[in-house]
Order: sequence, then C-alpha cells, then structure tokens
Amino acid sequence: MGMTMSQKILAAHAGLEKVEPGQLIEAKLDLVLGNDITTPVAVKEFEKTGFTKVFDKSKVAIVPDHFTPNKDIKAAEQCKMIRCFARQMDIENYFEIGEMGIEHCLIPEKGLAVPGDLIIGADSHTCTYGALGAFSTGIGSTDMAAGMATGKCWFKVPSAIKFVLKGKPKGWVSGKDIILHIIGMIGVDGALYKSMEFVGDGVKNLTMDDRFTMANMAIEAGAKNGIFIVDDITLDYVKKHSTKPFTVYEPDPDAVYDEVYEIDLGEIRPTVAFPHLPDNTKTIDEVGEVEIDQVVIGSCTNGRMEDLRAAARILKGNKVKKGVRVIVFPGTQNIYLEALKEGLIQDMVEAGAVVSTPTCGPCLGGHMGILAKGERAISTTNRNFVGRMGHPESEVYLASPAVAAASAITGKITDPDTILKRD
Amino acid sequence: MKAKGKVFKYGDNVDTDVIIPARYLNTSDPKELALHCMEDIDKDFVKNVKEGDIIVAGRNFGCGSSREHAPISIKASGISCVIASTFARIFYRNAINIGLPILECEAAVEGIEAGDEVEVDFDTGIIRNVTKGSTFKAQAFPEFMKKIMAADGLLNYLKSKATDDL
Repeated sequence: MGMTMSQKILAAHAGLEKVEPGQLIEAKLDLVLGNDITTPVAVKEFEKTGFTKVFDKSKVAIVPDHFTPNKDIKAAEQCKMIRCFARQMDIENYFEIGEMGIEHCLIPEKGLAVPGDLIIGADSHTCTYGALGAFSTGIGSTDMAAGMATGKCWFKVPSAIKFVLKGKPKGWVSGKDIILHIIGMIGVDGALYKSMEFVGDGVKNLTMDDRFTMANMAIEAGAKNGIFIVDDITLDYVKKHSTKPFTVYEPDPDAVYDEVYEIDLGEIRPTVAFPHLPDNTKTIDEVGEVEIDQVVIGSCTNGRMEDLRAAARILKGNKVKKGVRVIVFPGTQNIYLEALKEGLIQDMVEAGAVVSTPTCGPCLGGHMGILAKGERAISTTNRNFVGRMGHPESEVYLASPAVAAASAITGKITDPDTILKRD
Repeated sequence: MKAKGKVFKYGDNVDTDVIIPARYLNTSDPKELALHCMEDIDKDFVKNVKEGDIIVAGRNFGCGSSREHAPISIKASGISCVIASTFARIFYRNAINIGLPILECEAAVEGIEAGDEVEVDFDTGIIRNVTKGSTFKAQAFPEFMKKIMAADGLLNYLKSKATDDL
C-alpha cells in the first residue's frame, strides 16, 4: 500500500520508511509559527515550564498581524510581550509593523515555506502553505510552545481525500469559487482529521494565488491539511522567493484514499457562502436579491496580487454604491507596493474604496470594519460564523474578490460578468 | 478521575468564535476569558454554569480558529468535561494539551438532554445519565494522550520526560 503526499512528508520528518493512517508519530519541524493572539499564550506556557531557548532561532516565525497596528491597550501589551520574547530569543523571523503582513501571505513571500516542509502554526489557516507542496497545519498555543522548545510535534497520521482537478476555470471563476464549491459539496466536517490532496491536469490552470486560497480554506472543511502537487508554477514561485533547500514529494501511484472526487473546473460558477457556515453555498445564479452594507477585500485567503487585480479591474471607472463601505486589505507591504505601482490602489480609491495597512482586522471581528446589529457584509475572507465580523446578529457572505467588487458597485450580491464580461 | 454535573447541550458545528468571540482575545487571562465563554451562542451560560457542569454537543465541536482561548475559557468557566459526537481536530489537540477532558460518543449525545445530571468516569470512558438511568461508553484515549492529561498538559509532560520517548 502506497502513501499519500502528506503521509510521505510526515514519514520523512519522523525518520520512518513508512507510516499508516492513525499511527501516532513524532516528527521534526521545519518552521513553527505564531501570531499576536496565540503567541502570548505560548510564551506564558514556554516560560512557566522553564524553557529558556528556542530549538532553532531561524525556524521560529512570529507575525503580529491580528490586532495590529495595536487596536487597544490590551492588544498593545500582548504585542509588546511577544516583541520582547522575540528579542530575548533572538528570533530571526519576527516581523514588525512596516515589514509585516498577514502571516499566511507573508511566510511564502519571505521564502520561509517550501515544498516538502513540515510546518506547524498557531493559527488555523497555517494550512495555506500546502499550496507549495508542504505539509502545513494549524495547532494551538501549547503545541507552538512545545514546538519552539523541542523542534518536534506529535501527529496522528491522517488518511486523505483526493480531488482530481480537470479543465480550466471560466471567466471570473477563481480559487475561491472552487474551494467554496468543494466545501459546499463535502461540508464543514467533510474532511475532518484528513488531508485534502489536490492533483490532476487542472492544477496547471491555477495560479499560485488560486492555490494559496484553496489550501487556506482546507480547514473550513475540517481538514488537517490541504496540499497541492508541485509543478513548474510552484517551482517558479519558490525560485523567486526562497533560497531554502527543498524536496518535492509525489503521492505514490498506489496511495490509498478514503474518497476520490473528480472536479471539472470549467463547470464551476462564481460561488457564495451564505451565513453562518462556509458550506452553506449557492452559485451566483441562485443568490437572489441580497443587499449589503460592507465589502471586505483582502485577508490571508484573498489578499494577494491576483485578488487585488481582479477587484481593481472591476472597480476601475465605476463608483461604489452610495451607502456601501468598501475596505481593502493588501496581504503584505510588498503586495501593497506592487498594487500601488500597478495603479490598482488608485483605481480602487477612485471608485470609493478605502485601503488599509495589512491586518487580519475585520475578518475575525478584530478592528477596522466591525459590523453593527443587523448589518451585512460580503467578504473575501474565510469564515461566516455567527458574530465573526462583529455583532452576533450581523451577517457575512463569503465570496471571491471579483464577486465582492461587483457587489460594491451595485450594493447587492452581484455576478461580476454583469459589470465587466470576462471570457 | 470522575466528573459529575448538569448538562448544557448544543448542536453541530459549535465554532470557536461563539465559544470565545475574537473581540475578547486581547487578553489570555483564563478568568477574564471565562466571563465571555459561549457568549454568542448562549448568553446565559456564564450566569448558569456551576463548577463540574458538562457540555454535550453534536458534530465538529470547536471548529474554526486555533485559539487555545476556547478550551481555556471552557475549563476556567468550571466545565469538567465536553462530550461531543466529533471534535474539530485543533480543538481536540488543544483540549488535551491544556488538560480539559473531552470524550467522543455519539450515542451519549443522542441520549442526553439539556439539564440532565451526568456522571463521567475518565478511566473507563463510561458516561452515565443519572437523570434518565442510561449508560454509554466513549472511545478510550490512546495511552500517550492519557499521559499528557495525567501530567496536566503537554508541556509538563515534555518537561518530565525526555522528548524522544513520546
């Protein structure tokens, strides 16, 4: 019986020839990540237990991105604590305001995640780096503390679901629509404890940004990780961003999967997840009249260049509907700069959007765009749980940057093709 | 180790945002977090919960964020145990790592209602509905997870043992 891609990476990092689903292993880590919400708890545990140094100061990354720039005094205290810790431990990959970004946009951009890596992060969307062919998964603060101290983590080897992607997405359809479609199909616990492995000829028709978005939302189907096969597009990205050595793993031809789905990318329509779960999806043709108060474009799911390009292309020369608030969050400082140079920021601001510094901000109801009771947002973020973006009686609809931008212009959830036709 | 208490019952997919909304994550103090536990799904929870009480819920309990603040707030609110059909995987790890007892048992979830008095024996995995007089058996934890819980969390366990024999 062969191994899946995820199982091969775990086996290699555990020093084992072979692993099987359900097996408990201890594996060596290539990167341990935390943010300003989860790291303070990890630091307290780390210090309380009496650890005095991290296993490898080049293999720990700390990114204060959730409540930053500090939203209040308590958030400022938390950031100060992790800043001091990073300084004390001489952590090489601590990113301060000015050089930081939303962690899952920043880490690949900085070349800290490469194919074949084993990465844990105290943030559920750490699964994003599976786009690069790494095994990458979210854990909590205590696991982060243990990882920082020992460079190791325990894992239960997951079984996997295989998604064979075929064909080419049409028009405005992007990675976001594909992953929402998949979550709608298998449910928010459809991949619970499992890997989601994305393979097939269709992968070559997805940009790296599409793949980051898809791997990012594997957690919204309950998955342990989402992972893509490595191709020339991946290798190009890695060459541009990283000098780290890497290993390309492929699933064995006789790897065993719990389920196999074939997905024709050409059949997928722009897709929206209605409140209050990401699997509550409808195609754009089924949404009906849904008026919105706020539009959020950005986040670790959709704050990359392709995302901003799609939004700006639709907003350019148009005006945001009066009474609608549009907030754009570029994922990193580099993305911000690139968007400026390409004129995207100008196009969006002229249309009536505001552009924020990189932060998780309203995605988790932190700051920079909280909803009042009864308000409704369309958002390119990843969760639409009760109270996620503010008041427990507010609503979040998840969509792609193209759908969000089109909706900004009309004030209701809108097919981007009706604003600007794209073949 | 045993627990006994009154049951708070919830449905499927109870997410970490309703267990502890992100607006309170600017602190990591367990007592402060406990003041807002379950606030967005059950605003009376904090008022009514008593030391030893038990949460029973459906599938995928704790889905969403990796925030350890979720099991921390539950533990600090006095809850002695969470029983669910299934747990989201990060919540599962976090609960074990901080020493919050959790049990997966679909039959118990079906056979227990809000307000029932329930007794749990963690050594045997036996769940007894005292109110209704029924008994259920939860899946036992792997040995090494039992050791983590016995040491009151992962870090104490790591500290007390060489990391190589996990």
